[in-house]
Amino acid sequence: MNDNEHILKHIAKEGSAGYDRKIMDYIHNAATHGLYEIRGMGAKRAVPNFDDLVLLGASLSRYPLEGYREKCSTKTILGTRFASKPIELEIPITIAGMSFGALSANVKESLGRAATELGTSTTTGDGGMTAEERQSSKTLVYQCLPSRYGFNPDDVRRADAIEIVIGQGAKPGGGGMLLGQKISPRVAKMRTLPEGIDQRSACRHPDWTGPDDLVIKIHELREMTDWEKPIYVKVGATRTFHDVKLAVHAGADVIVVDGMQGGTAATQTCFIEHVGIPTLAALRQAVDALEDLNMKGKVQLIISGGVRTGADVAKALAMGADAVAIGQGVLYALGCNHDAYTLDGVVHSACNDYEQLGTAAGYCHHCHTGRCPVGITTQDEQLAQRLMPDLGAKRLKNYLKTLNMELTTLARACGKQNVHHLEREDLAAMTIEAAAMARLPLAGTDWIPGV
Amino acid sequence: MDSLSFDLAATPLRDLNRFLHQDAVTQGIKQVTVLHPDGAHNIAVGLSAPVAVDIEGHAGYYAAGMLKHGIVTIHGNAGTGVAENMMSGKVHVKGFASVSAGASAHGGLLVVDGDTSLRCGISLKGGDIVVGGSVGSFSGFMAQAGRMVICGNAGDALGDSLYEAVIYVRGTIKSLGADARIEDMTESDYQAVGELLAAAGYTYDAHEFKRVASAKSLYHWNADANQEY
Ligand code: SF4
Repeated sequence: MNDNEHILKHIAKEGSAGYDRKIMDYIHNAATHGLYEIRGMGAKRAVPNFDDLVLLGASLSRYPLEGYREKCSTKTILGTRFASKPIELEIPITIAGMSFGALSANVKESLGRAATELGTSTTTGDGGMTAEERQSSKTLVYQCLPSRYGFNPDDVRRADAIEIVIGQGAKPGGGGMLLGQKISPRVAKMRTLPEGIDQRSACRHPDWTGPDDLVIKIHELREMTDWEKPIYVKVGATRTFHDVKLAVHAGADVIVVDGMQGGTAATQTCFIEHVGIPTLAALRQAVDALEDLNMKGKVQLIISGGVRTGADVAKALAMGADAVAIGQGVLYALGCNHDAYTLDGVVHSACNDYEQLGTAAGYCHHCHTGRCPVGITTQDEQLAQRLMPDLGAKRLKNYLKTLNMELTTLARACGKQNVHHLEREDLAAMTIEAAAMARLPLAGTDWIPGV
Repeated sequence: MDSLSFDLAATPLRDLNRFLHQDAVTQGIKQVTVLHPDGAHNIAVGLSAPVAVDIEGHAGYYAAGMLKHGIVTIHGNAGTGVAENMMSGKVHVKGFASVSAGASAHGGLLVVDGDTSLRCGISLKGGDIVVGGSVGSFSGFMAQAGRMVICGNAGDALGDSLYEAVIYVRGTIKSLGADARIEDMTESDYQAVGELLAAAGYTYDAHEFKRVASAKSLYHWNADANQEY
């Protein structure tokens, strides 16, 4: 082989950074089908996240608590601003809104049972409140979504708090798409839709159009419920500083900010990957807004979108959140992307089912198909049997318990006898990007980029 | 005593709503008159008792929102979202109604004697709406179930993205929205319109109305429909 041949052969195998395999696949698919990809779950791209922060455990300048002996409180109270019946939780880890329709009834029941046993709340979703869910959940947050599927005054009164959903981290500004496979007779009835259609849900509320209207909408819900229940306002993370301020002005008791790592049952991939800002950046902006208004602690803040571990929770609280909400982590705890499921006490491989969907355990994002191999995001009665409420509740309880143990362990290491005493001073950033977004010093320095 | 008056010029709205939610039934009150509403928002929201509420003047946003039982009559105009998410019962606006009248109503009957503004009956889930006058643009947008009877004219994009809801129009339609089409009236349509007109207190002939319903071409997602959604 002469030199020229050698160079040509080398160049022939050189990939393009701008047109890598992923973008080539995207273009080939777009050219073949003429439509964008719709999928479930959250962003796959790597963005700065809680792993890019570290907690500064106590040494000499701070005094730690005994990890295995001294108590650390995790009690969390939400909705202290106007509601006569604020929410009292045993742990600052809540379950994010996920709809019946996207999830099976068994899963909804599992969430309620696990949350109740651990003293935390679960949340309804697009599609309304199911009887199983209300019965199994001691503390249930009822979402008021743009679509208003199954939204009714009886359920509003049965709820413990009301969450007005303005946007989701996975798709700020976008509506949802529940494909026809999931519009089973029960889902169709709850949503007043014909069975089997592809349901496109609205991206904005039908009866208010902006922050001035929202003030009156919130007032309506308070009047409806005789000022008993906390009103949460949930926004997808984008212009978070301003959105949080407007939500406070509108009268929210609790603000939920969902970062771009947040999941969805189904939406366009271009939304999931390209709209919104990372949870880390949004959390800092939200806390800034509350501090700017002198409302920190008066209006509580829940952060969601890619909260996975007890360390994530500890870091979120240290940055200024009052609680976190978890969606995708909960699904993984239930067995999402697991290679096996348990039916009648027998473990079965799910590998063939993943293969039929064109994926494999560990790579699945096919919630939108309704063919979930482990029975979580499905309305198919047989598939739904693959996750029975008993097992689901047990797995989820274990997961949440683990997170809480990690949280308290880390808090004690930072010298706190209450997880809500974690503070920004307990954190440092590992990368310049994370330092800039979270506005924390780069580890080992006092340098905060941009400050 | 089976009737009572609340003067909102002197009594806070909270007192009125608390009374309607808690005391009206226990005290056997059948009729409540609201004086000097002066455009107050959220009057009689969440009413679940079989009480007749007469609002003597203009109401602000969300009057009779989420009504479950009872009859609310507004002797004036109504603001945004009157009777939003109503479940059953009846709301009668004697004047005009602002945007999003009857939004996402699941049941019951909303009657507006005057005109309604934009997006009347948006996301309707099963309620009935009769408008004596005309409706603004995007009325019936994404309406899933229920019926609208429009005695006057309809603005642009009527019935855009309808599902199973049906709209009857007596006057002109400026334009139809995506997937909406005019269909022949059947005997059951004439009957339905007749009944709704009678319930609303109108004497128009059902044969003067045309039917607008979904062509159902967008029931399944269609990439070639492009911006039609
Ligand atoms: S395993 Fe089920 S829940 Fe998990 S991504 Fe796949 S379809 Fe969704």
